[in-house]
Amino acid sequence: MAFLEVNGIFKRFGKTEVLKGIDFTMDKGEVLAIIGSSGSGKTTLLRCMNFLETPDAGRIVLNGEELFNADGKYSDREIREKRLHFGLVFQSFNLFPQYTVLRNVCLAPELMKINQSEKKLSRAEKTQIRKEIEENARQILASVGLSDKLMNYPCELSGGQQQRVAIARALAMEPVILCFDEPTSALDPELTGEVLKVIRELKTTDRTMIIVTHEMGFARSAADKVIFMADGIIEEYGTPEEVFGNPKSEKTVSFLEKSLENIT
Amino acid sequence: MSFLEVTAQLSKGFLTTLQIFGITLAGALPLGLLITFGSMSKIKPIKWIFKVFVWIIRGTPLMLQIILVFYGPGLIGWDIKIDRLLAVIVAFIINYACYFSEIYRGGIESIPKGQYEAGQVLGMTKSQIFFKVVLFQVVKRIVPPMGNEIITLVKDTSLARVISVIELVKSAQDIISQKSLIWPLFYVGAFYLLFSGLLTILLNYAEKKLNYYQG
Ligand SMILES: Nc1ncnc2c1ncn2[C@@H]1O[C@H](COP(=O)(O)OP(=O)(O)O)[C@@H](O)[C@H]1O
Ligand SMILES: [Mg+2]
Repeated sequence: MAFLEVNGIFKRFGKTEVLKGIDFTMDKGEVLAIIGSSGSGKTTLLRCMNFLETPDAGRIVLNGEELFNADGKYSDREIREKRLHFGLVFQSFNLFPQYTVLRNVCLAPELMKINQSEKKLSRAEKTQIRKEIEENARQILASVGLSDKLMNYPCELSGGQQQRVAIARALAMEPVILCFDEPTSALDPELTGEVLKVIRELKTTDRTMIIVTHEMGFARSAADKVIFMADGIIEEYGTPEEVFGNPKSEKTVSFLEKSLENIT
Repeated sequence: MSFLEVTAQLSKGFLTTLQIFGITLAGALPLGLLITFGSMSKIKPIKWIFKVFVWIIRGTPLMLQIILVFYGPGLIGWDIKIDRLLAVIVAFIINYACYFSEIYRGGIESIPKGQYEAGQVLGMTKSQIFFKVVLFQVVKRIVPPMGNEIITLVKDTSLARVISVIELVKSAQDIISQKSLIWPLFYVGAFYLLFSGLLTILLNYAEKKLNYYQG
């Protein structure tokens, strides 16, 4: 049985059908790259998986548990719990500008473990939890190379550093599957490398990831599987060798040709 | 009339001015937030009731509203005696709450959607997102326009004299007409300048404090 199973996802905004039946599966520890021209529905797909959009039809099954079924009704609370299986790193970082780097990473875990806690915590317990969360945050920030920026504010960082904070912030919630929506598209070319390097390092820790990207070289070398999306459907799916080396669909061929032109 | 006597009499007026100012602020700041939530409500009729109300209050002179609050109840046959100062304060609170609500709304709407979404995907509740993520950013953005309104309020308090509340300007006017003195008028100006100057310093300080980050 597949680790993640996405089944028949449909999504329309008003009259426009953006996703027209998306099916795919993933294994644990797999890295999936999603490529495709802009407007093909990549962002919408990630947003559906993170419950920022509600699909009109389809199911999402993780590890045998049905997380979402378009026929079901879910309360705010259920959605909140379900979406914690996924993490999302945005194209535009969306860090909280008023907090330091460290605080950005600690805030959500604290709110979940302390403020949303079922049982009443004593002051000592709260202090203990805070300490653990902060210790964990420091480790994660060290792993993305930001130990010397803990007390800086996002506005004092470069785009690449900000995106690495955003990755650390997502990791702190321990998502089962981490999604990236064009994590380097808002960056100057000389800064994309440091972010891609962090993502590559996550791959070595066997983290399951879905990465929407325009970096074809990166998709080819870092992904285990590649999806090429066009007009709201999966036009091509396979290993990087298959999709890049031997594409079956006309659309894939012409998309790949165009993206090669853009590079040279 | 000596300088000291004038000072004493003007101080009494100034106390009333301060009272109007302080109570209006204390009432309009929270009431404004309530009106903001009303005018941003997802329930259409509620939203429109609030929007029309704000439009009426902001579209008519505050002086008219003061007069209406004071004489209105009597004119429709209500036999109650309304305290003049109370009428002024009620009119001021409603009027300023409407202005504040528009500033709050602008501030809330100026926060990028990405901030809410970042909070959502991190598992925060709606209220956590509002109080822990959005609110502070809103406050930072609205301090300058709120400062303008607050300075305007200092000067608007002089409208209270339309129903004979003896605030600062009225108390000076009384001296002028009774004693044929002109200088208390300038003296009053100094009172206002000192007061608004103090507030400006305070507001600038707050603005500076909030400027530790950009955005
Ligand atoms: N909230 C929305 N309302 C209306 N249309 C939307 C919305 N979000 C996305 N779309 C439309 O859906 C299509 C796919 O968008 P998107 O998923 O962002 O594509 P991609 O990420 O591949 O560029 C686009 O045509 C876009 O205009
Ligand atoms: Mg996109």
